[in-house]
Amino acid sequence: MSSLSGSKKSVPTPGITVRVENLSISYRTTFERVPTFKNAITRFGRGQRAVKEIKALKNVTFDVPDGTFLGIIGSNGAGKSTLMRSIAGILPPNEGRIEVNGRISPLLSLGVGFNANLSGRENITLGGLAAGLSRREVADRAEAVTEFAGIEEFIDAPMRTYSSGMYSRLAFSVAVHMDPDILMIDEALSAGDAAFKTKAAEKMQELRDNARAMFLVSHSMASITQLCNRAIWLHKGQLMMEGEPKEVIDKYNEFLKVGPSAVTLEDL
Amino acid sequence: MSSESSVAARESENEFTTTHHVYEPHTAGLPPIRSYATELWRRREFAAAASQANLRAANTMTVFGQLWMVLNPLLLAGVYFLLVNILSGGGRGMDFFARLTAGLFTFYFVQGAMTNGAGSVIGGGKLLLNTAFPRLLMPFSAVRTAFFRWLPTVPIYFVFHIWAGNPWKWQMLAAIPFLFLIVIFSMGLAALFGALQVYFRDTSSFLPYLNRIWLYASPVLWQITDLPARMAGVAPILETVNPLFSLLGGYTEALTQGIIPDFKVWVIATIWAVASFTIGSLFFISREREFAVRL
Ligand SMILES: Nc1ncnc2c1ncn2[C@@H]1O[C@H](COP(=O)(O)OP(=O)(O)O)[C@@H](O)[C@H]1O
Ligand SMILES: [Mg+2]
Repeated sequence: MSSLSGSKKSVPTPGITVRVENLSISYRTTFERVPTFKNAITRFGRGQRAVKEIKALKNVTFDVPDGTFLGIIGSNGAGKSTLMRSIAGILPPNEGRIEVNGRISPLLSLGVGFNANLSGRENITLGGLAAGLSRREVADRAEAVTEFAGIEEFIDAPMRTYSSGMYSRLAFSVAVHMDPDILMIDEALSAGDAAFKTKAAEKMQELRDNARAMFLVSHSMASITQLCNRAIWLHKGQLMMEGEPKEVIDKYNEFLKVGPSAVTLEDL
Repeated sequence: MSSESSVAARESENEFTTTHHVYEPHTAGLPPIRSYATELWRRREFAAAASQANLRAANTMTVFGQLWMVLNPLLLAGVYFLLVNILSGGGRGMDFFARLTAGLFTFYFVQGAMTNGAGSVIGGGKLLLNTAFPRLLMPFSAVRTAFFRWLPTVPIYFVFHIWAGNPWKWQMLAAIPFLFLIVIFSMGLAALFGALQVYFRDTSSFLPYLNRIWLYASPVLWQITDLPARMAGVAPILETVNPLFSLLGGYTEALTQGIIPDFKVWVIATIWAVASFTIGSLFFISREREFAVRL
């Protein structure tokens, strides 16, 4: 829990919500399919560790001044979720430094649904309690979250029975009901039907007035243009560009050689 | 804009989400233990709720679920009863069976805590990746689950206690502090194995062997007084190297016979419980910041 250990006696930089300096983060994964006691012994015998290091972020630097609504774009595996997690204090940096001034949404949207055998309500409750809310606060929020997500009939069913649309409606709804200073939404806008998208977009507009800063990861260039006033583009862990959403998206599309096709724009 | 003052007002009660954070590469070692413990305590509801939800999801709360939780250790007790009776040439009665159940049920609690604990961090998956919280809540929650699986076996034990005609004495209450020490001991084990499992995913497949040996080395299937003379030298060794020797031994002695264990047993049991808890949780805490990148 780096947020505890990481807190140093240092002075907040005025006017800055998040400052990321030379940030590098690697995951370490095991690739053993059937981990057995026998394998462990043979590995020990050979003095190997079946660990592979994946560099998810490489030397990323940027500032997020107060009042920034930052869109983060990039293809799958670019490191967008990793960046969000590191700012939320979940992933410790391997190198570099992150300064955060403000209360982060204590529960990133995808924290919900961590256990598919539990009901939506149980997942919300557990996520909220882990994030430090009281039972009372969690219960209140669970109601609001369920109502906003419009899944009242399913909230007590195991989450494995949810459709992907219901899942992301719930995820979005959780993220926006935690009233943080710094709102973080990771790809939770994409699914859901047209009615919910409109509702979600309205909610986002409303939240823009309450949050000090917002981070939005989305594959929908239209939502980024609409909701954000700044954007960064990550590619394979590297920061490719930072700037006005429009410029960044244009460069990104140019890079992908797709151009601003109808699909990317219409898909909120 | 959330006003700074409203944020500041919440601050005292929520140190974890202070408004200013700096994250830097951590050197191995421990975070400030006091604030860690505060946060852990503040979120104890999570451990309880997670364990409740897991018990519910595993149908443990249904009649058949409860029945199974009782039936399984009971059948095992039956098997061991037969086995020991055959090996020792028969002649063991209800008295032995009562003692066997008391020891075995509680042994399975420790084993359950260890096994659930080993899976707890890995099983936390997405929650660990998307929420910052003291990870020690996960193994502790697993211990709670194991405890609630153990609880229904208590009335069963008392059935055999009555059947065997064992005494009812106030001294039996000495079993409670021993049970408490066993829980503390198990929390340390759960934390230790929960952390190990992150590094060696095969830890849990090695646990059954450990458990089997541990069972044989503990005074569950046999009693210290049963040991043949040529084995007498083993008892003092087990007494020092096997934590469950004192923890389970003291517990069963008090529960089944109504005898308050020797002072020495209390001391050794306490030392083991405290040592396991301290070492297990400190090891866990020192590694936990790395868990998210290794899941
Ligand atoms: N838990 C994990 N363990 C190992 N590697 C991971 C893990 N999560 C993400 N990665 C890797 O890190 C890189 C960045 O992932 P991520 O931040 O999820 O990308 P994005 O959100 O932009 O799709 C990818 O190469 C991915 O495979
Ligand atoms: Mg992602």
